[in-house]
Amino acid sequence: MTDLTKLTISEIRARLAAKEFTAVELTEAYLSAIRSSNERFNAYIAVTADKAREMAEASDERLAKGEARPLEGVPIGVKDLFATEGVHTQAASHILDGFKPTYESTVTANLWADGAVMLGKLNMDEFAMGSSNETSYYGPVVNPWRAEGDNKDLVAGGSSGGSAAAVAAWLCAGATATDTGGSIRQPAAFTATVGMKPTYGRCSRWGTIAFASSLDQAGPIARDVRDAAILLKSMASVDPKDTTSVDLPVPDYETAIGQSVKGLRIGVPKEYRIDGMPEDVETLWRKGIEWMRDAGAEIVDISLPHTKYALPAYYIVAPAEASSNLARYDGVRYGLRVPGRDITEMYEKTRAEGFGNEVKRRVLIGTYVLSAGYYDAYYLRAQKVRTLIKRDFEEAFEAGIDAILTPATPSAAFGIGDQDIGTDPVKMYLNDIFTVTVNMAGLPAIAVPGGLDGRGLPLGLQIIGRPFDEEMLFRTAHVIEQAAGRFEPKRWW
Amino acid sequence: MSVDTETVKRVARLARIAIDDAEAGRTTGELNTILGFVEQLYEVDVTGVEPMTSVIPIALKMRQDAVTDGGKAEDIMANAPQTGENFFLVPKVVE
Repeated sequence: MTDLTKLTISEIRARLAAKEFTAVELTEAYLSAIRSSNERFNAYIAVTADKAREMAEASDERLAKGEARPLEGVPIGVKDLFATEGVHTQAASHILDGFKPTYESTVTANLWADGAVMLGKLNMDEFAMGSSNETSYYGPVVNPWRAEGDNKDLVAGGSSGGSAAAVAAWLCAGATATDTGGSIRQPAAFTATVGMKPTYGRCSRWGTIAFASSLDQAGPIARDVRDAAILLKSMASVDPKDTTSVDLPVPDYETAIGQSVKGLRIGVPKEYRIDGMPEDVETLWRKGIEWMRDAGAEIVDISLPHTKYALPAYYIVAPAEASSNLARYDGVRYGLRVPGRDITEMYEKTRAEGFGNEVKRRVLIGTYVLSAGYYDAYYLRAQKVRTLIKRDFEEAFEAGIDAILTPATPSAAFGIGDQDIGTDPVKMYLNDIFTVTVNMAGLPAIAVPGGLDGRGLPLGLQIIGRPFDEEMLFRTAHVIEQAAGRFEPKRWW
Repeated sequence: MSVDTETVKRVARLARIAIDDAEAGRTTGELNTILGFVEQLYEVDVTGVEPMTSVIPIALKMRQDAVTDGGKAEDIMANAPQTGENFFLVPKVVE
């Protein structure tokens, strides 16, 4: 029998319908893969084996009756940021020790309503703050990819590192993830998976632990473009419980796959050609441009002049919102409590012990930029710059650009515990230089594998679209996927 | 702009995070690296630019003025570190 864990979601769908295997067999195959290799990757921080079996059995009953739903029997991993009823939900933080919500996030509820099976909760950077999954209270995630002839462990990216590693290492068929500055697309690029960050407002944020509310957006990480389209169709919805959820019907994204890109105008922004960009990234970008041109698209040089200010503006806006959102972790209503002489000392000790260094750093920056006398100089200015960043994109789209093609990351995956990156917070932040503009403007973007660098490590391309034009991204990303091919890590585990 | 160790201690107090002298010293350096990085924003001319308030232009939704949820005291208390009869227990606040 073929290895069931290697099938894509569209293959699972067809073969479950053809009764080639059962949902329970498929789930057992994944649970056994998790048992034998999760320890190596540290991708799952909670495995819900009993729940998975129960859900798979229910799927088999549905299948037997011919009542299969869109994701019937598909085993999914869930980022620890999503509230899952009665199940570990801690944003990979110590401060949420033991938290088991009594409710379900809208995104995961949508998946289960469509028949998906939950395998467990996936590791991530603490409160989604990080680009290497090294800020997790549960330790770093190991990338299934290694450089050729080297057995050094590499990061899987962040903050959705567990989601990306689990999909790439065949420990789930697809995963939920979230993206505040690049947290879906950067790990996808580091693991040769497909990561889709939808338009702000497309997926409900209800029940997703908040980091920076004006930037956070949920999306899928998947094996291929079609699977990402299938997953987003289920995850997205109109939700009265989230006032920023947009009243637009969710299209059938899968129909965009295979549509021609002939005559489309693809913008190539000159500001993304940054100093010190590795030759391999530059080469891949050129290849991407060629693939689009070969498929009949018109390539247009464009300018997005405020690009370089997106990252500094982000490092004001995101920490400011985080400092406010994370004020709720005070040792009173949930999670960790460290006793103190009085209530203030209890708060201070709980938060000092419960938050990791990166989270503390961002809460402090956020508190500072919002504090009396500094609000105008930092926060207000950053929000004005944000208006300009968004305007750059609007002008490009108004000029007839259908989508924008850029590299996804300025480098391939780096080593765990990298001294050069680890000692300077700004160096780590630079990982998001190509992705963060999109969050600042609320746009949708997809990361799709484009090829391997000189050391055999995956690199991704990013396509940015108009608000709520996710279909354009699936359509163009599929063309790149067809041209580039798909990439799998060599199994060393 | 940059911060000194005293400012970091004051901000930590505002953020309700206990911080010792060694940590405050280290954090001061890190925060100044980040503040130095965001300094670039002063190169941008923002005269007459409106600050962003909503990334996607949507009208705020109104919901029906009705009770649609509630009666979940047990759910709300379920994860609390210390409770007593549907109250959150905290160290004494008033002498």
